Amino acid sequence: MDSHPASGSEDTSDLIACPKCDALYRVVEPDPRERAVCARCHTVLIAPRARAGMQLIAISLTVVILVVAATIFPFLTIHIGGAWHSSSILDAALSFRGGTFYALALTVAALIVFFPVLRALLTLYVLVPVVFDRPPARGARAAFNLSESLRPWSMAEVFAIGCAVALVKVVDLADVEFGPAFYMFSSLVILVVVQDTFLCRYSVWKALEE
Amino acid sequence: MITARDAGLVACRRCTRVWPMGTEYCGRCGHEITSRHTKSLQRVWAWWMVGLACYVPANVLPMLHTRTLVMVDESTIIGGAAELAQHGNWGVAIVILVASVLIPMGKFAVIAALALGVRHGSQLSELRRQQLFEIVEYIGRWSMIDVFVVALLSSLVQLGALAAVAPGPASLYFALSVIFTMLSAQAFDSRLIWDPDTTVTHDEYQGAPERRAE
Repeated sequence: MDSHPASGSEDTSDLIACPKCDALYRVVEPDPRERAVCARCHTVLIAPRARAGMQLIAISLTVVILVVAATIFPFLTIHIGGAWHSSSILDAALSFRGGTFYALALTVAALIVFFPVLRALLTLYVLVPVVFDRPPARGARAAFNLSESLRPWSMAEVFAIGCAVALVKVVDLADVEFGPAFYMFSSLVILVVVQDTFLCRYSVWKALEE
Repeated sequence: MITARDAGLVACRRCTRVWPMGTEYCGRCGHEITSRHTKSLQRVWAWWMVGLACYVPANVLPMLHTRTLVMVDESTIIGGAAELAQHGNWGVAIVILVASVLIPMGKFAVIAALALGVRHGSQLSELRRQQLFEIVEYIGRWSMIDVFVVALLSSLVQLGALAAVAPGPASLYFALSVIFTMLSAQAFDSRLIWDPDTTVTHDEYQGAPERRAE
């Protein structure tokens, strides 16, 4: 298995190691609908899906459109007596005003709007050439690396659950009306989750290598 | 079970490709690679302590300023939950207490236990500890909910003289605490859980003992 490669690195090309526990395996590509799972710590290593590339492109495009639209249109409107106020997602992020709160406003805007959009755009940039049998785009490896690093920091779905909690708190105080952006954001959340489950990282890196 | 390190190889944690020991950057994805992050535990503890330090003002300072026609209210996280409970809103009060108190405290405890477990050994099996780590990694981002709720309420409830809500300073500390705890969890190299020989302080120990059965 290991002939102790001193200089040549070609010997290791059919080996993979579990990123969580370092267990070493010889690659056996699973059939579609099968998954390769680490025998020791149960981390999913390879999970290819037929036509996943095309679906991911469609999902990423939708995510970009939805986030941009959801950011512009009113999100929620409240009524108390005759008074009313509506708020968009950007208003929510920018509600932190003054002094150090500006840093928080920028962070929140990045977490709920900018990072999800950026990840979708990077996914498009990486996947479109690969899916249409072209050579990988310039800097595709760096793009996919960035997209993967941003994964924990892209929090659109967390924000959506936050909306539900905020609604519970406001409902006693006032009438709440859902704007078009609310429904856009709700569907967006589902898409973001689907996007992450469809994406087989191993297959993407493999494609970028060739 | 043989590890990449046992085989004289170093694995890329980004794309799972393996390379001969000593390779610094993955030839496939360009990510930096090390067999084990030797500074992992120091970084975990550093982020952990900053996170905990921010968690204190997050609970002591007011999270929300609420002003209505009849009253002005500055409530902390726990104070707000207690108020809801007094009004008979037990369900929401419990949700808030679980999400903003129990889960953050649990995260601090689990990360500390995992880091201590690497150094001093643990009663729990490797698989159980790996699962705990994954739960902490998964749950980390969800704590941001509190900050988003504050943001939503203060942008939505702007009704001039009738009612207005503004964020309190605790929201800033709470956000920082969540971010630092996430960084602490990310700094943890979970491969250390599975290494048989790290229970001895790594600096003093040179040889690698074969303690493992099979």
